[in-house]
Amino acid sequence: MDKRVEKNKHTLHDLYAAMTHDLHWETTYQPMDKVFPHDRYEGIKVHDWEKWQDPFRLTSDAYWKFQGEKEKRLYAVVDAFAQNNGQLGVSDGRYVNLLKLFIQAITPNEYYAHRSFAQVGRSLRGDALRIATQMKSADELRHFQNQTHAISNFNKYFNGMHHAPQWFDHAWYLSVSKSFAEDAFSAGPFERLIGLSFGFDDLLTRPLFASLMSAVAHNGDLSAVSVGFTAQSDTSRHMTMGQEAVKFLLQQDAANLTIIQRWIDKWFWRSYRLMTFAAMMQDYMVPKRMMSWKEGWDMFVQKPGEALFAELAQLGLRKPKGWEQACDGKHHISHQAWNAYYGFGHTLAFHTWVPEIAELDWLSQKYPDSFDRWYRPRLEHYAQLHAAGQRLNNQSVPMQCQTCQFPLIFTEQGSGRWTAYRETQHAGETFHFCSDHCEEIFSNEPEKYSQANLASHQILQGQCYNAGVQENTAGFDRQAAVLDFCQIVQGHDNGDFKNSEDALNFENWGAGQDPQEAQL
Amino acid sequence: MTSIDLQAKEIKPTRNTFTHVARYIGGDKPATRYQEATFGAQPTQNFHYRPTWDPKYELFDASRSAIKLADWYVLKDPRQYYYATWTMTRARQQEAVEANYHFVEARGLLGRMSDEVRASACQVLMPLRHVAWAGNMNNCFIAAYGYGTALTAATTFHSMDHLGIAQYLTRLGLAVDEPGILDAGKNDWLNDPRWQVLRRLVEDTLVIQDPMEMFVAQNLALDGQLYPLIYGSYVDEHLTLKGGTAIAMLTSFMPEWHDECVRWVDAVIKAAAAESPENKVLMSDWAKVWSDRVQAALAPVAEIALGEHGQAALQETREVLNARTTKAGLTL
Amino acid sequence: MSNVFIAFQSNEDSRPLVDAIVADNPEAQVVYSPGLVKIDAPGRLVIKRETIEEQIGRPYDLQQLHINLVTLSGNIDEDDDQFTLSWKH
Repeated sequence: MDKRVEKNKHTLHDLYAAMTHDLHWETTYQPMDKVFPHDRYEGIKVHDWEKWQDPFRLTSDAYWKFQGEKEKRLYAVVDAFAQNNGQLGVSDGRYVNLLKLFIQAITPNEYYAHRSFAQVGRSLRGDALRIATQMKSADELRHFQNQTHAISNFNKYFNGMHHAPQWFDHAWYLSVSKSFAEDAFSAGPFERLIGLSFGFDDLLTRPLFASLMSAVAHNGDLSAVSVGFTAQSDTSRHMTMGQEAVKFLLQQDAANLTIIQRWIDKWFWRSYRLMTFAAMMQDYMVPKRMMSWKEGWDMFVQKPGEALFAELAQLGLRKPKGWEQACDGKHHISHQAWNAYYGFGHTLAFHTWVPEIAELDWLSQKYPDSFDRWYRPRLEHYAQLHAAGQRLNNQSVPMQCQTCQFPLIFTEQGSGRWTAYRETQHAGETFHFCSDHCEEIFSNEPEKYSQANLASHQILQGQCYNAGVQENTAGFDRQAAVLDFCQIVQGHDNGDFKNSEDALNFENWGAGQDPQEAQL
Repeated sequence: MTSIDLQAKEIKPTRNTFTHVARYIGGDKPATRYQEATFGAQPTQNFHYRPTWDPKYELFDASRSAIKLADWYVLKDPRQYYYATWTMTRARQQEAVEANYHFVEARGLLGRMSDEVRASACQVLMPLRHVAWAGNMNNCFIAAYGYGTALTAATTFHSMDHLGIAQYLTRLGLAVDEPGILDAGKNDWLNDPRWQVLRRLVEDTLVIQDPMEMFVAQNLALDGQLYPLIYGSYVDEHLTLKGGTAIAMLTSFMPEWHDECVRWVDAVIKAAAAESPENKVLMSDWAKVWSDRVQAALAPVAEIALGEHGQAALQETREVLNARTTKAGLTL
Repeated sequence: MSNVFIAFQSNEDSRPLVDAIVADNPEAQVVYSPGLVKIDAPGRLVIKRETIEEQIGRPYDLQQLHINLVTLSGNIDEDDDQFTLSWKH
């Protein structure tokens, strides 16, 4: 007998359970542990996967609908920007170097996160969480491709963007970023979930993709700001996933607490170090300045982080060990990094420079406790050297931290004066670190971190020259030989911004914003 | 913004595209968005750590597959999907499905079908939610452990597509709105003898370790027979004749999607096999073994769906797949 | 009490969202910076579908807020009718 079916509106709750957990079954012809071989070895215990819920309850059809809409809008902006020669309308030719560092250091990380979360998306037994991690994998591919496409237009007109994957794999300063991405990629699925979705996404991406992007808008790059903002809308889902995963795992089994705490300590610290690049961008690479790194840190890291950890304290979690030192670092790290990279400016695939006097004044005003005392005098000295035809060009190979792989340029907590050095022994060798926290990361997994390919060591071992290049020959220039090996084009990609090909082109094209004209 | 007199100053680009893209397209020429999004994206060397989850391999390691390619970027997608074009295409398709749901629900068309047709549709389609779920896992495996962005980006999209299908089938079950529909389907999947050969096969695919064997088993052998059989022979040709057009409307995504993907699947297989006689032998062996197993596994399902016409429909489906496989350069 | 916050791209589409939030959250503070609008509120912030629909004069699916969302902070709870950010502590 035919019946009339009544229309029954299903709520998000009902739909979500049917659309996720219910798709799963316990395999019997193949053992579950063979289908899921990687989710036990980290020691994390889960008793009921159905307790993890995505607060957004995003189903596949909604994902396509909203992501498709976002892409439609984004590419309309990117296309219009390119058609209107938007690259000529940015504030100042120096700004483009922010994009260079971005595509060299950040964009490859998006690719790693994409592949990394495909693995997480296959490895975990919980279906709802697996769907969320697969969405993150697709989203990160999106970010990689959006950034590549937006920067493609700038790549046509400026140097330092054309060979980012090559530089990422070989250039000494980018091993900070490569080792970060690979540290996560080589870790297990739970560590990646907690480390990247919580430690990185939830604690530290907001200053890079919110406050820095607002500054980018202020400098006239509508294309990049659109890419950045829409990427962060995806990351809002990822950080939510990470936050829910932390709570879920802590509630699942008491044994998970020590493991999760250690991962949060590690990934907060490694992510904080990676964000040094963002600090440099915010304070030195946006010619029309808005908010300082310190202000962005307060608004987007310190305050929300304090709130978050006050919440998680109820589950037994404490703030990451490096929290106080990182908050202290907000006065210093952008300046320390710029100083260092300025001095190594001939070995980078982006330009560096001494800021103008008005810009130095802005930095003095924004950093009353540190800039005039520790950093301004050095920058003014560099300006004098440059004017006298002796632009600083550090010929030495920088000593790198074994863990984060930054050069050892950071100072002790509470001091702008004393560079921090740590060292430890393992298997008959001495290893060097920038901080207690990097040393502790090493000591927890010495076999892993002692494998790392430190570029400074490789250079000194003569492994960074093209075939046929000999050290003990007349006219041998190690810096030039290494640049050739890395395929950084000398005189085009590297060196001071002043009199660079980029600077001359920018001026010849009549590009830049009239300082008198109104802005966004 | 400062105005630019384009006639007075010639603003010529220094280059057309990225160096690592130019390498793949025969020099510094204007590149498509697909090309820039795909070529040279995956890191290849100088890795800092070995994977703790499988230390015998590198982080990205072509040796996970027995297939050997000088350049994994030959596995190009003829659809040239990058994230934006994939999502925008799927968003349009999703709108069409949404419109179909409105149409069907507003007129109560599911209720107007005979009980027999409605029951048949649920019996056949509900267990397939779980098959699609495995399709998601298997393509996710390739995206995770495969080599080169040409293959792994496309399988990322394909994995999400399978999830979409699993969820569309779920939504269909919910729309039928009889209590226990989804549970009955799961129970059949787990316990009904007629579904066990397929379930065993699907579980065997879940533990394949070679990403290219996975590609052949899931995307060619299994989907290549499952989709034409179910959405062609069963839904479009059989159910609609018996008043089940509403089912065809609510599953319209599946056959359209399958037809679109065939171009891509066949192109990947062809490119991999064309590289060497060894590759061709490997791919052909996988295709034969898995296609045979799939056909045997679908035999009882074809009977549930089409009764006495099931085997003939299945045989026809297999022959079409054989023709595809041969055209892609394999020998069966 | 700690703040929760939500930030959107500053454009025509997000304007009714901001107006709805201000209407339903008397303690909310709105700050604009280039391209971005950020709304802070002490302890709790709720976005109601009904209020948005009143603003725009047509049906609204709360999941649409993904399109212009940039970032947020707080525990999330969402159903068909409202989206809430809150801290328990």
